[in-house]
Amino acid sequence: MSAAPRAATPAAEPLLSSRRRERGLPARVAAGAPPYLLVLPTLVVLVGVLAYPLYWLGRISFEHYGLAELIARKGTWTGLDNYRHMLGDAEFWRIVARTIAFTVVNVGLTMLFATLIALLLVRMGTIVRGAVLVGLVWVWATPVTVAIAVWQWMVDFEFGVLNWTLTKLHVVDLIHYNWFDNPWTGFAVITAVVVWGAIPFAAITIYAGFSQVPQELVEAAEVDGASAWEVFWRVTFPLVKPIFVIVTSLSIIWDFQVFNQIWIMLEFRPSPDYYLLGVYSFVESFRVSQYGLGAAIAVVMVVLMLGVSFVYVRQMVRISEADA
Amino acid sequence: MRGSFDVRNRRNRQRLVANAIGLVVLAVMLFPVYWMIATSFKPGRDILRFDPKWWPSPWTLDNFSDAIHRPYFTDNVKNSAIVVGVVVALSLVIGFLAALAIARFRFYGRRAFIVVIIGVQMIPATALIIPLYVLLARANQVDRLSGVIVTYLTFVLPFTVWTLRGFVMGIPPELEEAAMVDGCTRFGAFLRILLPLIVPGLVATSIFAFVQAWNEFIFAYVILASQENQTLTVWLASFTTSRGTDWGPLMAAATLTSLPVVIFFALVQRRVAFGLTAGAVRG
Repeated sequence: MSAAPRAATPAAEPLLSSRRRERGLPARVAAGAPPYLLVLPTLVVLVGVLAYPLYWLGRISFEHYGLAELIARKGTWTGLDNYRHMLGDAEFWRIVARTIAFTVVNVGLTMLFATLIALLLVRMGTIVRGAVLVGLVWVWATPVTVAIAVWQWMVDFEFGVLNWTLTKLHVVDLIHYNWFDNPWTGFAVITAVVVWGAIPFAAITIYAGFSQVPQELVEAAEVDGASAWEVFWRVTFPLVKPIFVIVTSLSIIWDFQVFNQIWIMLEFRPSPDYYLLGVYSFVESFRVSQYGLGAAIAVVMVVLMLGVSFVYVRQMVRISEADA
Repeated sequence: MRGSFDVRNRRNRQRLVANAIGLVVLAVMLFPVYWMIATSFKPGRDILRFDPKWWPSPWTLDNFSDAIHRPYFTDNVKNSAIVVGVVVALSLVIGFLAALAIARFRFYGRRAFIVVIIGVQMIPATALIIPLYVLLARANQVDRLSGVIVTYLTFVLPFTVWTLRGFVMGIPPELEEAAMVDGCTRFGAFLRILLPLIVPGLVATSIFAFVQAWNEFIFAYVILASQENQTLTVWLASFTTSRGTDWGPLMAAATLTSLPVVIFFALVQRRVAFGLTAGAVRG
């Protein structure tokens, strides 16, 4: 990746492009219609498919919108009723707390393991590294429905390989233990599935960041007697911090809206003990046919995630500005 | 000199340790995949036993033939292929144009466009599915593949634009500029110079787009109501609920569902690890 030619500082940037213009080379010149024509199809698809639904989601969150309204195609305006109902419901607050706890645990574990694996990847020999990368990509590409089926089988109460192993190792006696009877162990399995699936992307991305850290810096610190811990926190981490920001915020956004792992793992009918915000919003809409209330929950989800999204989008825009 | 010798020694020791732990990590990460494949080849009596059998011998293809002959399997494979094919093709063509725009032009609104591209990917699927379902119902697109295709474009397309942008940036613009000096038009230069150079990027991007579309569950689950119209992931997810848990055929079905993705990756293995990060991060 040729980083050198675009190491231009913000001040040097206009200089560069004006020199290009002088040479009569219109590569990145502000140039009339062409760029707009190029982005037009993408904009048409995104705005065409998303703008109205998003507006509509906001609107019906203020309406009573059930099955009858779905058929009549018209909700009745009830102002803040949905929100009032939702915020006054102790169940809602339990679910919010649970969702936040779930997100913190899952993102924390994902980042921890991914960072450790990335640190290993940097230090491995070429062949082992290649093998580990292929393995990670394989896990990354495994469809979530497949992953769920496999984990269901591994934690099966009767013939699951996990119960057998843990019992044999005398960790705990788990003969005929159903992990989903208790929400705590149930969530442990769900966390395992989510983190297992999330590690590859995070690890490979962080590894890509680590591998761009100039080796001389690390070596210089080592020769000066810095411990591995110090090298990581004082040299490596500050340099790859933007990548950590990106991966962490993406993980937060993904884990906050976990749905499939719970919905499919618990065979399309999770008990309320397993509701996270995404599942709750879905159940209110499609199970109970309270689309208005479901929409209100969804709006709250989006609002709660806005801060994280903002950090992420800003970081990405910065990267694209630095690149261009 | 002594210092650098010490460092090299330390580095070799580090590599040995890292290799050893790396292999353990690999084994742990891949165990679920191995267990799926191993189980899918085992005869029933070797699956339902308390002491697990670690290697499928004797092996059998019964589970696969059972899975394939379940109702709607072929229909749903076909549906998945159609949806993924159309989504990937459309995303590549449309996305390539937009990627060109943000990688090669400075224009008013460029930053806003990038914010839209990235921001759109932040919207939770569970939030979108409510209005999309109701609106598709009004447009008579529920239970039709076209509704799913349009929906998938909203997350595959932004991803494609961003990833391809990374690949376009990797090609020096001077090459196109040289062609234009020699009398090529700008779009001629894009077509004749940039496009051939970007082919590896297009391949990598199309694979990521393929994986995303192939693996998607919730939109297909809600929008496609009747079984013959569903995609393979929905078919797999409803496998247990429809007939109790039949682990052998379920693992065979799971293996089959992940097969296309694995084949695609095997074909272009080398590009993949790089491509995975090309779109997300270029620092």
